[in-house]
Amino acid sequence: MSGNLFSRMGTLVRESAVYRSIVRHGAADTNRNRSLIVFENLFLHMHPVKVREKTLKFTHTYWLGAITISSMIVLFCTGILLMFYYHPSVPQAYRDMKELKFVVDNGVFYRNLHRWAAHLMVLAAMLHMVRVFYHRAYRPPRQFNWVIGVVLLLITLLLSYTGYLLPWDQLSFWGVSVGTNMAKEAPILGPPLRFLLLGGNIVSENALLRFYVLHCVVLPAVLIGFVGVHIWRVRKDGGVQGPPEPPSDDEVEP
Amino acid sequence: MSTPMPPLKVVESNDPVAMPKRVALVRPDARATLRRMEERWVMTFPNLILREVVVFQIVVIFLSLAALLFNAPLEGIANPLETPNPSKAPWYFLGLQELLHYFPPIVAGVVFPGLVVVALVVIPYARINLSARPLWSGDKPRKRLWIGGTLAVLSVFFAGFNCWPIVIPTLLIGAAMFSVYRGGEGGRLRRFLVSVTLPEWIMTWFILVAAILTLIGTFFRGPGWSLVWPWNMYPPA
Repeated sequence: MSGNLFSRMGTLVRESAVYRSIVRHGAADTNRNRSLIVFENLFLHMHPVKVREKTLKFTHTYWLGAITISSMIVLFCTGILLMFYYHPSVPQAYRDMKELKFVVDNGVFYRNLHRWAAHLMVLAAMLHMVRVFYHRAYRPPRQFNWVIGVVLLLITLLLSYTGYLLPWDQLSFWGVSVGTNMAKEAPILGPPLRFLLLGGNIVSENALLRFYVLHCVVLPAVLIGFVGVHIWRVRKDGGVQGPPEPPSDDEVEP
Repeated sequence: MSTPMPPLKVVESNDPVAMPKRVALVRPDARATLRRMEERWVMTFPNLILREVVVFQIVVIFLSLAALLFNAPLEGIANPLETPNPSKAPWYFLGLQELLHYFPPIVAGVVFPGLVVVALVVIPYARINLSARPLWSGDKPRKRLWIGGTLAVLSVFFAGFNCWPIVIPTLLIGAAMFSVYRGGEGGRLRRFLVSVTLPEWIMTWFILVAAILTLIGTFFRGPGWSLVWPWNMYPPA
């Protein structure tokens, strides 16, 4: 084994019995190992082992789905950090915002990151949907994946909306009041649904707790489930569908 | 070509211990291949995975810069007795809140969002969306009647509620649709417009309306939901 110290150490680790018991393939130096990397990994096997080269082009997807998922990962990481400092009670929730800003190391940075990532996720999901529509990628066999996409957009909006209340400042209180007052107008189901959501007839401490549980437990869990199905179906339906193409010259008509 | 075959009858096995066998059946009256696939394929690792990692890194860097430069808003503690004027929902609901200015709450808050969700869900199941034919193809006079009628009904309906942010884009999109009724000779724009399908026109109309309503709600609405210029807005949007 030639090479510098690092590559020799890498080889040593990769060939050790412990490492091989965890990762069952060698370095990515052969196509066989490159295949194994993908299909021996629970997460990477969302992808096929090979992809069409043209799907990697920027204008094929504009990477909007990847941007949405990336913001989601940022949101999960920063969200967990923020949860360590946050109490979903009145008035401690608002005081925690001040603590994050003035006391906690990097608190304001993580809160900002969470906030802007949330905006980016909503925006990127919308743009992703627009891209899919104009590329006609909702057509068979991808019809149901489009429907899952609509569900994902709604979950994303609900996540953003439930998170909006948590700082418990004037902005969040009245923003959520405006929205839930609209829900009251729905016939029959509106008022009881609103009561269930808020845990009362006005936005109060109960609403804060319910929004917190929805925001940190229920909706993220549902989101992960649907994202898994969404990406898995992309693979099952033959990969991402880019812009529609006119039939090429070498295509044989039956 | 040979004589047509009788229709095939497939009997699925329900024997739970039988090993399934894969068979390929090529009927003599059909070609084995319909399309010659000469696409280039590449290994997912590293080609796709590394690109995904790069996208993730760009997103993290972009968000980190935004988080360093701009603080998330934080106002005074929530006070149910003191209503800020105006009190606004998050930006993605401001289009709906803007509609609340023109329509009764049940229409703006329940009917319209409900219709939007239903319309989005049925997109892949409506036959009209599966055809890639340009708008002005087939029975043109009949289409002209339907589209002209729909545009007129929509415009009159929204004008009846003084909802000009919807009437104006509706008329603009209608004008663009009819501008290529006689074909799209001359100019790249006209040649492009003539190829647009009906669902694409409808989606473009929807996005335009949603964007205009959201922008008005975000940047041009002040106390009492009155029209203000963005630079006169307090607090700034």
